[in-house]
Amino acid sequence: MTAVSKAITALAATDSSDGHTSTRHTLAAEGLRLSYDKTEIVHGIDLELPPGKVTMIIGPNGCGKSTTLRGLARLLDPSGGRVLLDGKDITTISNREVAQVLGILPQHPVAPDGITVTDLVSRGRYPHQGWFRKWNAEDDEAVAQALTVTNTAELAQRPVGSLSGGQRQRVWIAMALAQRTDLLLLDEPTTFLDLANQVELLDLLTDLNRRSGTTIAIVLHDLNLACRYADHLVCMKAGDIVAEGTPKEIVTAEIISAVFGMRCDVLIDPVSDTPMIVPIGRHHTHPARESESTS
Amino acid sequence: MTAATFDLGAIARTRARGRVRRISVAGGLAIAVVVVFALSLVVGAAVISLPDVLSTLAGQGSRNTNYVILELRLPRALAGVLVGIAFGLSGAVFQNLLHNPLASPDVIGISTGASAAAVLGIVGLGLSGLAISGFALGGALLTALAMYAIAWRNGVSGYRLILVGIGLNALLLSVISYFMTSAQVTNAQDALLWISGSLSGRNWNQVVPLLVALVVLVPITMVLGRVLGMLGLGDDTARGLGVPVGRVRLGLIVAAVALAGVATAATGPIAFVALLAGPIGRGLAKDGSPALLPSALVGALIVLVADFAAQHAPFLPNLPVGVLTGAIGAPYLLWQLARTNSGGQGG
Repeated sequence: MTAVSKAITALAATDSSDGHTSTRHTLAAEGLRLSYDKTEIVHGIDLELPPGKVTMIIGPNGCGKSTTLRGLARLLDPSGGRVLLDGKDITTISNREVAQVLGILPQHPVAPDGITVTDLVSRGRYPHQGWFRKWNAEDDEAVAQALTVTNTAELAQRPVGSLSGGQRQRVWIAMALAQRTDLLLLDEPTTFLDLANQVELLDLLTDLNRRSGTTIAIVLHDLNLACRYADHLVCMKAGDIVAEGTPKEIVTAEIISAVFGMRCDVLIDPVSDTPMIVPIGRHHTHPARESESTS
Repeated sequence: MTAATFDLGAIARTRARGRVRRISVAGGLAIAVVVVFALSLVVGAAVISLPDVLSTLAGQGSRNTNYVILELRLPRALAGVLVGIAFGLSGAVFQNLLHNPLASPDVIGISTGASAAAVLGIVGLGLSGLAISGFALGGALLTALAMYAIAWRNGVSGYRLILVGIGLNALLLSVISYFMTSAQVTNAQDALLWISGSLSGRNWNQVVPLLVALVVLVPITMVLGRVLGMLGLGDDTARGLGVPVGRVRLGLIVAAVALAGVATAATGPIAFVALLAGPIGRGLAKDGSPALLPSALVGALIVLVADFAAQHAPFLPNLPVGVLTGAIGAPYLLWQLARTNSGGQGG
């Protein structure tokens, strides 16, 4: 692990020498409306990702959280409102320039058959290469650091198709890290991972955030992990932002019940001292609680 | 920092290994193409020795070798190499772009569109020569345009494009049949030879325009092809990495249609070369890249070998090359269709 920490520290050092840490990039939505076909999914939201913090977006299925992330990453053109990167309308900035400061890991990235881990991670360097610029030492270094940080260095020569789900997800994150962006958006990066791998991945992203000041936004399904790992929590329902703030500020049984349409208790996570949501279903409920809820 | 330096070495090694593999695959294929190309200049009704062939190419041949080599065998072999490259590239681009091994211009109607227009020219208007080539190119472009327009629904998905293409293919085949049945016998014979895809009688009138077209189209395709690999990560990932996905895709489609069009214009639709070259090229490269260069060379090799076999194989009548490639390609197409269906990877 010391090698990993060193690599992360090195990553931070590289960033600050670029001047990235001093002038942090910002990403915000202003009255953002997003639609698929003619159906509006996101109804004019205002959202600012706090620079240098980890933001988690939560909400029930179909509430528009993934759509919001795609909109923020200019993968979906707004049907109204704007996305502002450093205060400028993102659609006016060239795709490549955006990709130099804003990385996105979509929900379903595709690994071409037979591609090796090194090749895949190397593709993260694309925005830093012109049509004709050759691969250089900086690219090598960025890929090496991304592999080290994500603990995938020993997989470097393996085909991506031969990896386990957890390994594969770390490789995709490595690709996003090789891009060396100041802003990083991830759409449900822990889907299909077992609990240990989920925690490891979120730890890794937190390391990255703390050591190099990367602004991170994650769409996450697991409420308790979101509460634990978020500096800033955004709660969405039916295409609107319902609540926003630190998990401690905003997570209450009332809010969660209203947003997810599910009764619940909110306790304090004994490990992290953050809110912990315990759902209450129709079955397996303590008799004492049963009478309390019916009364 | 020891870990990081170790990894730098490993990464450099992995990349170097990939490079060596790419160079050896392309080099091996190029050598094979040169060998078969030389063979098809040497072997014929009369065998002309390699030194004689070379001296003829250098401009010091006898009147006899000048005629046989420069007017007969060289344009034919060159036509074979060039259409092979064009079909191979075109097929590989389409297959990569639409993420589907079935998506080659001869399956999705591009080549058939070119043929239909050419048959219209031959049978309906009594045209010949370069005019036919122009018609074929126009037919390919029109078909692609129609396909794009029909398949368009807030963007174009690969699977819908292929299905629309297969439908158009059927429609165009019936158009061809209609012209053939209503044609005079001599015209119909010309048209039939052209439809089956033949290198016989190809002369500089076909080769020169083809060469000029490829000098423009191949570099464009190869440069855009560097980005084609990025599209293999999925549209969202590619766009997130700064690839102008829409523009690159449109550019590649136009280039690939034009390649299939000019090749069909020169020799007729040599069946299934575009379908076969891509998978073989990717199988040889085996690195998850679009493998455009290997596919182009494989295309050239298939056409040259098939034409050589069609001309010189014992027990076979002197066949149009397209009949031979069709005989090899059709079973492959069936196998691919069966596999796609059972694997459920249609989308």
